[in-house]
Amino acid sequence: MSRGTPLLETRNVTKLFGSVIALNGVSFSVHAGEVHCLLGDNGAGKSTLIKILSGVHEPTEGEYYFEGSPVRFTSPREALSHGIATVYQDLALIPLMSIWRNFFLGSEPKRGWGPFQRYDIDFAKRTVREELGKMGIDIRDPDQPVGTMSGGERQSVAIARAVYFGAKVLILDEPTAALGVKQAGTVLRYIARAKARGLGVIFITHNPHHAYAVGDRFTILKRGRSLGTYTKAELSREEMIRLMSGADELEAISHELEELARRDVQEDAIVAHVEEQLAESLESEAEALKRHPE
Amino acid sequence: MTVTATSPPKTDERLANVGLVQILLRRPEIGALLGASVVWIFFAFIAPTNWLSINGVARILDPSSTLGIMAVAVALLMIGGEFDLSAGVMTGTTGLITGLLAVKLGMNIWPAMFISLLFALLVGYLNGLMVIKTGLPSFIVTLATFFILRGANVGVTRLVTNQVRVAGIDEAPGFYTARMIFNTEFTFLGAEFRTTILWWIAITVLATWVLQRTPWGSWIFAAGGDPNAARNVGVPANRVKIALFMTTASAAWLVGMMNDLRLRSAVASQGIGQEFVYIIAAVIGGCLLTGGYGSAIGASIGALIFGMARVGIVFAGWDTDWFFSFLGIMLLAAVLVNDYTRKQAEALAVARAKARTESEEAEP
Ligand SMILES: Nc1ncnc2c1ncn2[C@@H]1O[C@H](COP(=O)(O)OP(=O)(O)OP(=O)(O)O)[C@@H](O)[C@H]1O
Ligand SMILES: [Mg+2]
Repeated sequence: MSRGTPLLETRNVTKLFGSVIALNGVSFSVHAGEVHCLLGDNGAGKSTLIKILSGVHEPTEGEYYFEGSPVRFTSPREALSHGIATVYQDLALIPLMSIWRNFFLGSEPKRGWGPFQRYDIDFAKRTVREELGKMGIDIRDPDQPVGTMSGGERQSVAIARAVYFGAKVLILDEPTAALGVKQAGTVLRYIARAKARGLGVIFITHNPHHAYAVGDRFTILKRGRSLGTYTKAELSREEMIRLMSGADELEAISHELEELARRDVQEDAIVAHVEEQLAESLESEAEALKRHPE
Repeated sequence: MTVTATSPPKTDERLANVGLVQILLRRPEIGALLGASVVWIFFAFIAPTNWLSINGVARILDPSSTLGIMAVAVALLMIGGEFDLSAGVMTGTTGLITGLLAVKLGMNIWPAMFISLLFALLVGYLNGLMVIKTGLPSFIVTLATFFILRGANVGVTRLVTNQVRVAGIDEAPGFYTARMIFNTEFTFLGAEFRTTILWWIAITVLATWVLQRTPWGSWIFAAGGDPNAARNVGVPANRVKIALFMTTASAAWLVGMMNDLRLRSAVASQGIGQEFVYIIAAVIGGCLLTGGYGSAIGASIGALIFGMARVGIVFAGWDTDWFFSFLGIMLLAAVLVNDYTRKQAEALAVARAKARTESEEAEP
């Protein structure tokens, strides 16, 4: 995949949280018009990597390039202004605030001029209704606090927001986790459409079918390290599933269980032996008492 | 399938009901409005002649106004998720700075006021910076500021004047023009009102406009609701918080100036203990102690309840010693009412969401 300079690229990025090594020398890139899936176990460092890309964290070591030139984002606001929009795993929604305020939070539409510049509320409400309608979510009241929506609806709000503001790069951290089959399908279609529009998409998921359906390249993380990046041609669906579900790990787990079972058997034998000895000593004591009743 | 078979009128009734409760949920000041009505009716029965006169109204609005200015600023800060315990003593500090500059250095009142404003902005900025850099609760950081200022107020004043008050501020040039703008009396409908009331109304309107109609309003709610999430979507949450601390300090400066200009003197103990009164007014007005929720109008109504209590107790001929007990009861009642309406509203909103998903599931 050598299609000129990538939109986003990290080289040998390392991230430490105190003494915890969350990422260790990870190189990663996404091109325009490409869906790059980021896969790996819980705690592998996927969210940490995309938080570096979206400006939440600064890398402890390593370089970050945007369209070929080195950048250092000190806040998500800077990443957003470069056209990088993110759906965070925790969604980053404010529960007590209305849907439309959440949707435009940080990038409010304005009207008027100078000190009288104000929030274009009508535009915000109209747009939210439209954008969520496109996702198959029919909101009756844009003033509803986000905290009273269902989990899937909230996730849809976060996705619709990122799709609306992502001009160049769209980052999705497990966007389909809480979604029904229909809505998950809509999200996959969104990803395909964003790719067709020439955006770079980074897609984190634990669902191998979702990943293989839309992904062009796949990077697998494990304990903060990259196990490599594969194109769709290099990796069959079965291989990817094996890598994702960690067949090796499953084997290790079954070994471990066997070991435990064996140990249980041994322990049982020890317990039986102790009980036998106890019974014997009691018996001999009883006999001694019988012989000398006084 | 059985879900769709339920009688439609019942569902409609519940939806209409939820609509009303939803409005209550979105209007944090409802509890305060209720409380204000109760207090007003109460004193209207106890002391009708004074209470229902235009003079009585003027008397009530007088203490409400300066308290209201502070309550609104403190409410903004609380919505933004922080407290400022140095807000009360700051009214004294700024008053003393202006007074000392005017009396001891013979300064014109305007530059003296300007210098104390700069001081207030600096302290507000430092409060905010400390809270953000240390990650300590603002309750602790501003408590430290409170003690530092409280000590300095007495210490510096005694050092310079050998007294604990600065008198004769009205001899400073420019005093009377400043007084005319900030705190003078004017006759309206035959009663004497104070200009501080106009400031109070203007500030409440401005704060409400900012909260409801500008991006900054969203940022304030978000910074208090979940600062991390706010930052992740591009809200400069730290800048918002620092700005709010500076706003509170500026409001304290304004009230400090109003006191100087009215009393023509400043005392070192000015404002001590008031910081809790501001917070109480904001809470009665519907602000959550946890941040992210509240209203400027509510805080103003909270301040009005205080004004009514203060004046009403005098009108009723009661012992004013009981004022603070009354405040305590008001606070407790307000918090309970706010909590109850919010829980009720949330439960109904959830019920509605559930009913909707159920009916949607039943549809296909
Ligand atoms: N702010 C933080 N402070 C300390 N440790 C952190 C922080 N964020 C992440 N970590 C640690 O870094 C490691 C990687 O976490 P990360 O959230 O990136 O995993 P993940 O691959 O996204 O997992 P999941 O699939 O469960 O979302 C974890 O061990 C986590 O405990
Ligand atoms: Mg994660």
